[in-house]
Amino acid sequence: MSNETDHMREHLLAAIAAAPALDALETVRVDALGKQGRITQLLKTLGKMSPEERQVEGPRIHSLREAVTEALAARKAALEQAALDARLSSERLDMTLPVDTTGFGTVHPVSQVMDELAEIFADLGFAVATGPEVETDWHNFTALNIPETHPARAMHDTFYLAGVEPGGDERTVRRVLRTHTSPVQIRTMLDQKPPIRIIAPGRTYRSDSDATHTPMFHQVEGLVIDKGITLGHLKWTLETFLKAFFERDDIVLRLRPSYFPFTEPSAEVDVGYTIEKGKRVIGGSGGGWMEVLGSGMVHPKVIEACGLDPNEWQGFAFGCGIDRLAMLKYGMDDLRAFFDGDIRWLKHYGFASLDVPTLSGGVGA
Amino acid sequence: MKFTLGWLKSHLDTDADLDTIVEGLTRIGLEVEGVHNPGEALAPFRVARILSAERHPQADKLQVLSVDAGDGPMQVVCGAPNARAGLVGVFGAPGAYVPGLDVTLKVAAIRGVESNGMMCSARELQIGEGHDGIIELPEDAIIGTSFPDYAGLNDPVIDVSITPNRQDCMGVHGIARDLAAAGLGTLIAPTVPEVAGEGAGPDIRIEDAEGCPAFYAQAVSGLTNGEAPEWMRQRLTAIGQKPISALVDITNYMTVDLGRPLHVYDKAKLTGGLVARKAREGETVEALNGKTYTLSEGMTVIADDAGVHDIGGIMGGEHSGVSETTTDVIIECAYFTPEAIARTGQKLALTSDARQRFERGVDPAFLDDGLAIATFLVQHICGGKASSVTRVGQPPVTAKTIGYDPNLAETLGGLAVAPDRQKTILESLGFTVTADWQVTAPSWRRDVDGPADLVEEVIRIEGIDHVPPVALPRAPGVARPTATPQQKLERRARRAAAARGLDEAVTWSFISEAQAAPFGGGAFTLANPISEDLKVMRPSLLPGLLAATERNIKRGATSVRLFEIGRRYLQDAERPTLGVVLAGDKLQRNWRSGKAQGYDAYDAKAEAIALLAQAGAPVDNLQVMGEAGDAWHPGQSGTLRLGPKTVLAAFGMVHPSVLKAFDLDGAVAAVELYLDAIPPKRATGFMRPAYTPPALQSVRRDFAFLVPTDLAADSLIRAVRGADKAAITAARVFDVFAGQGVPEGHKSVAVEVLLQPSQKSFTDEELKAIADRIVAAAAKQGAQLRG
Repeated sequence: MSNETDHMREHLLAAIAAAPALDALETVRVDALGKQGRITQLLKTLGKMSPEERQVEGPRIHSLREAVTEALAARKAALEQAALDARLSSERLDMTLPVDTTGFGTVHPVSQVMDELAEIFADLGFAVATGPEVETDWHNFTALNIPETHPARAMHDTFYLAGVEPGGDERTVRRVLRTHTSPVQIRTMLDQKPPIRIIAPGRTYRSDSDATHTPMFHQVEGLVIDKGITLGHLKWTLETFLKAFFERDDIVLRLRPSYFPFTEPSAEVDVGYTIEKGKRVIGGSGGGWMEVLGSGMVHPKVIEACGLDPNEWQGFAFGCGIDRLAMLKYGMDDLRAFFDGDIRWLKHYGFASLDVPTLSGGVGA
Repeated sequence: MKFTLGWLKSHLDTDADLDTIVEGLTRIGLEVEGVHNPGEALAPFRVARILSAERHPQADKLQVLSVDAGDGPMQVVCGAPNARAGLVGVFGAPGAYVPGLDVTLKVAAIRGVESNGMMCSARELQIGEGHDGIIELPEDAIIGTSFPDYAGLNDPVIDVSITPNRQDCMGVHGIARDLAAAGLGTLIAPTVPEVAGEGAGPDIRIEDAEGCPAFYAQAVSGLTNGEAPEWMRQRLTAIGQKPISALVDITNYMTVDLGRPLHVYDKAKLTGGLVARKAREGETVEALNGKTYTLSEGMTVIADDAGVHDIGGIMGGEHSGVSETTTDVIIECAYFTPEAIARTGQKLALTSDARQRFERGVDPAFLDDGLAIATFLVQHICGGKASSVTRVGQPPVTAKTIGYDPNLAETLGGLAVAPDRQKTILESLGFTVTADWQVTAPSWRRDVDGPADLVEEVIRIEGIDHVPPVALPRAPGVARPTATPQQKLERRARRAAAARGLDEAVTWSFISEAQAAPFGGGAFTLANPISEDLKVMRPSLLPGLLAATERNIKRGATSVRLFEIGRRYLQDAERPTLGVVLAGDKLQRNWRSGKAQGYDAYDAKAEAIALLAQAGAPVDNLQVMGEAGDAWHPGQSGTLRLGPKTVLAAFGMVHPSVLKAFDLDGAVAAVELYLDAIPPKRATGFMRPAYTPPALQSVRRDFAFLVPTDLAADSLIRAVRGADKAAITAARVFDVFAGQGVPEGHKSVAVEVLLQPSQKSFTDEELKAIADRIVAAAAKQGAQLRG
């Protein structure tokens, strides 16, 4: 009897090991463990045995069944693994084939810089204000202490709107395309009670077109109206802003007395640059000075025109070209390309949607 | 405004060198735009004498010279007809660059004879037109001297930008005054000569006292209008003014030197006396620039009985201008009202040195002295006899006195300056200051009219760079948010569009009338556009984007996805808008899906809804309606609305005839989002409404309906969703089919419905009841469940 089980074990294990595929293995399993299987038959013999015999044969037969069951499972797993390996290897693809990675858009440098300005100035307590671009003569000039015959008007290369009767009401009827963002100062002072801290970025227009001028461009205006504000606050604010914008501590400013009808005293602001790899880079002053800003203390007449008492309220204003700030920071050299919509240029100089300027991450990208 | 260093030094006694003066000018607000030394280029040229001149052995027209430029004889071959022994001229040695020839000299053999340099003509050195021969200098010129030194060409020209408020600095004398105040020397007062006039003064009168409140004149007769003296011509040439004749040069010189424009009339060409009057509508005058101007009512002119001779304060007339044969003149020294000059100049689009000064305002107290200096110069240079001066009218000399608090330098200017020092500064600029700080401005500073102006004077002279920066007071704690809801909405829309693969463009706010027409036309037209292409304010963002698309495609782009956020300029308001244009390939041809795929109206709809969602619009409540407008494909466009009136967006295919106008082939999809129509998010704090995901599994059921072809899918979906609002959480069309097996005039629409049980799972009966209700609701729309 013992010989028979040993023999059967040897035979079945060999058959299992030799089974070439799952169906062959199933045949072996049925032959051993099926209803009519050899081990099943052996198990049936146990019932007819005497207790003594069963005590000897029982463990033998059960051990045989266990060994065969285990071998079957192991062989099945191995065959399945081999089949899977074979299938996978037949499914091999050329992973070097190209896929579509396009689909990233860009944010225009002008928008990006406006967001940077909003972020920097928010930290200094400035809100962002806006105003119309089709502006009245009064807001664009007269309220800013630029009367009609002022020589400064001729310097503004103003776009006038057609179909407007000369001599009409300058506050409502006579309109121009705003030549600067300064009328937003007026609108803010008329609408809001001081203290005021705003920046006003936006489109501005002058009838000027050459290599460095476009008839439309962008400016940002800054305005602070409060008690006890001096030229010293203006200087600090501009210095702080430019350091934050260029993310450099070695920004050097040079104020030059100048003239704007709506500020008194007035100053133009130059920022020092150095030459790095043949390019002007803002910071230091070894290379020379570049004009970046116009500024000054808000003229008492302007404060008065807005219905405020210049003896109580004073403050400063400044204006700066946004396109120019973008060029100085990011290195574009052709202003006209800003407004062409060339997707090659936009992809190169534009910003990723997630380049949101933050103070913690740095405003530049 | 240009002048030379030497010229400046005739008004300013100073030891300061050029760099110090240039730096000082900029520091006090007279921005130096450039410094140029015309002598620098001629530094290698020296005064030389021709020792001997022999015939060239090989050439009739050439001579072989022996030239001494201070270092002994040199052999030079020369072709000038006036070259001769004893002549003193200008010599350039080998290595010298000759600007008029654009050549650097070197030792060369000319027809077999060695030549070591060149004797130069005026044109070769670019100091004049003369080219008949080499320059001939006086016998006594010192041999070996540097030529620019000898000729006084080593006088640097300084170009200063004068701001419109500084009337006084439109003359060299005023600039000198500012520099003296800044401690860079001592101002030299101009010498005002006594001119003894004889006989009656010119016959002049004023009819337009508003435009010309003062008119002074003096006649000089029996003069000779030759060349102006060398020093005057040199200064004028240095600043780029061409010497013309003594009389013209004297007026030009006075304009720059003292900021005092004058006009000189040839008396022989006048008929009767001169009158300052208003022009008559349509009167014409040929000005000195050769152009004829048609004048309009109200412009101030100087005229005689025959006609207009001078556009007052702007430009003289050709007819009565002086010439070589002029012998008798009238010198006009007038005060023209700045505002009137500005108006006339703007209207005629005529600028001149005189206008620049009169419209800033000339010194009203300087008419007598100015006229005396001019007459003196005329007599001195041209001879002749002067008449008495005729004075008509009164120049508006008003002494403006300002009560000033010296503390303002610190409280406004941010710089503490001792009162004594402030007084010194103001006085050195011509102000008078009383003990109780009543400050009177000089007659040449009409720009000064309040304490802030005085602060500016003090700060700019003391040094604006000395103002210490002071931090703006800061609210305690972390900076507060400042953006408005509209600003946040725009920022989100922009970043969302970029994230969806769109490139942001910035295009002109003005477009052509033709481009604006299909979009409703421009509400605003420019009176003075830079070109017809940039003439009306855009009523839509799409024209600018379509034009940019066309440029991109011309450059070879196969796929263009552009957006812009900007304003539409409508009659009632400037409306913030987001425009999108999708053109070319949506999907390039590729190995996975084959052919390239273009954009259709549904791509535009998808962009519109996605961007609206990102911008915070309640997209679940949107209705799709028609009437996107004339610029759109009538059957493939629509609007997205909140209720029937609030249009949030238009989308679809651009009308082919619009595309044609933009020179675009193929289909282009577009979107316009009306950002100001999106309802702002209500501020309800940060708390979200409570929500727990349902515990029970949802059930999906598909329905295929046969519907009339013209039934909008949206109507069917609304009907289906309305069948059981509690149970149905979503319904969507997943297939639309027409053709084989579908009756004519119908289409098959397959809808997937999502049912969400709330308390307990649906029973079969419940599901059947819901399905029946869905079919019944659809039937009301003409839909029939397919078998």
